[in-house]
Amino acid sequence: MPDPAIRATGVIKWFGEGAARTQALRGVSVDAYFGEMLYIVGPSGSGKTTLLSVLSGILRPDSGSVSVEGSEIWNLGSDKLADFRLHKIGFVFQDFHLFPRLSTAENVAIPLILKRRNWKEAIVEATKYLDIVGLKGRAGLPPVKLSGGEQQRVAIARAIAGQPDILIMDEPTASLDGDTGQAIVGFVKQNVLNDKRCILIVTHDDRISQFASRILTMADGVLTGTMKGGAA
Amino acid sequence: MTGILKLAYKLLVNDKAKFTALLVGITFAVFLIIQMTAMFAGTMKRASATVLNLGASIWVMDPAVQTVANTIGMPDYVLDAVRSMQGVSYAVPVYTGGALVKLADGAYQSVTVIGLDDTSLFGRPELIQGKIEDIYGENAFIVVEDPEFRKLGNPHVGTVFQVNDHRGTIVGIAKVASSGLFGVPTLYTTYERALQYLPNPRFTISYVLVEPKTPADAARIKQQARALGYLALTKDEFIDRITNFYIYQTGMGTNLLIMTVMSFIVGLSISGQTFYTFVLENLDKFGALKAIGAKSRELIFMILFQTSFTALTGYGLGIGMCAILIRLARIRLPDYAAMITYWNLALALVMSVIIAAVSSYFGIRKVLRIEPFDIFRG
Repeated sequence: MPDPAIRATGVIKWFGEGAARTQALRGVSVDAYFGEMLYIVGPSGSGKTTLLSVLSGILRPDSGSVSVEGSEIWNLGSDKLADFRLHKIGFVFQDFHLFPRLSTAENVAIPLILKRRNWKEAIVEATKYLDIVGLKGRAGLPPVKLSGGEQQRVAIARAIAGQPDILIMDEPTASLDGDTGQAIVGFVKQNVLNDKRCILIVTHDDRISQFASRILTMADGVLTGTMKGGAA
Repeated sequence: MTGILKLAYKLLVNDKAKFTALLVGITFAVFLIIQMTAMFAGTMKRASATVLNLGASIWVMDPAVQTVANTIGMPDYVLDAVRSMQGVSYAVPVYTGGALVKLADGAYQSVTVIGLDDTSLFGRPELIQGKIEDIYGENAFIVVEDPEFRKLGNPHVGTVFQVNDHRGTIVGIAKVASSGLFGVPTLYTTYERALQYLPNPRFTISYVLVEPKTPADAARIKQQARALGYLALTKDEFIDRITNFYIYQTGMGTNLLIMTVMSFIVGLSISGQTFYTFVLENLDKFGALKAIGAKSRELIFMILFQTSFTALTGYGLGIGMCAILIRLARIRLPDYAAMITYWNLALALVMSVIIAAVSSYFGIRKVLRIEPFDIFRG
């Protein structure tokens, strides 16, 4: 068995105070490997998004450990953690969170700009990523001029522009119709996934399970099962 | 870091409606602040016009004098006493007072008459027409060409008029550094002629103008004048005294303060609220930036840059608008008393910086509180 890209062990996370205090993660342990497209599925409130956030370094667990490529991430200070996310993780948010006042190329260039790349170089490189996701010629348009599927592609281009080892996708098909959703995830599987990259997807959408390498099911903050995906 | 600044710049200016509202707020505030303080500065300069124009280093006066226009006559012995003081290089009398000029068309016009020491003509203005020695001629007066000049019917050398029912002749036309506050023309003549032409009380010396032997002698002269029962002030001290009178003993200071504070509040309200709304509308985007890997200090830097850029742009526009307004006003009102000074600019800059800082504070507080996890939770 190869070393895992991500290894989480005994992760516990609480939310709220007093009587409203609830346990979102109850000692979750999970491994994710390079070259795999790992789905986390489960009903609403099962802790999928919380787990994804803990694994990607944006939500500190109350206990447990998370190591990425062998290094414990929750020992890092806030600046180092931000650097970790910038260099290791690419995010595709459910609502895309594109900047409406920037062009698509400028949106895609954001991780490069945060990495202190020269503005012009960043835009040129961002345009290449837009070409990769099939949006050639759309670099100068604002996101609002694009369809939902195209905006999702811009979000994917932004996520991969920083060349992350791990791609996190939160409900990537939630804002898309069935066909577009399948096309997008299929595209990611074919063009973004490789032996040096691990993709974690939180989803409710059964129609895209065919692309998964492995599917983890969650309920009430615990992993309830592991299945092989359609691509396994 | 320039890439991040460019990102901040584009996020700001591409939201044209918000950026315009921000600029309007700060520009308007700066415009009002500069306009009010420029009018005050212009008025104060005019209130001290005689002090500036005569240019004496030290002025000896009755202690009750508050402004240069409200003179209290001093007896002749004061002049002798001042001349005998230690540290005095020379001392001369000057007379200032009001008179009525009857113009050729029969109309009357108030004027200020300044009577210069006959011997030295100390404080004489720079002539643009005529010769200074002609001031010793019969009925001779020199008129100052300033915005009030036309009120005397644009006289020229040789123009004859009546001053307090005496014959007067214009023998020269002069220019001075600053024209007076009260909108009346100024005539220069000799001290003795001023006493003849103008009704005067028992004591006639308005001020004794003193030049100390060295600047260090000023303190000693002031002390000796105090012992004599009179007040000696340097030029700057006298200007301050006049300014303080208008600030603290008239409504001008209070009005200026109220208007300046109101301008500041208006600018702060519009800009602060608009920028806060701008941050709120982009809060999820700032959260996304945090999730992607932006550090808190980079987000703070972006917000500070956005507010500083807006504040400085609004500052420049406000100054420009005010300068244009003053220029336009002077076309119609030549004696419009407004003057933009470094002090005005510094005050408006400080106000703009405070507006930017307060606007930034609330935006930064909000942005620092947003957690990237909130973006995932929607």
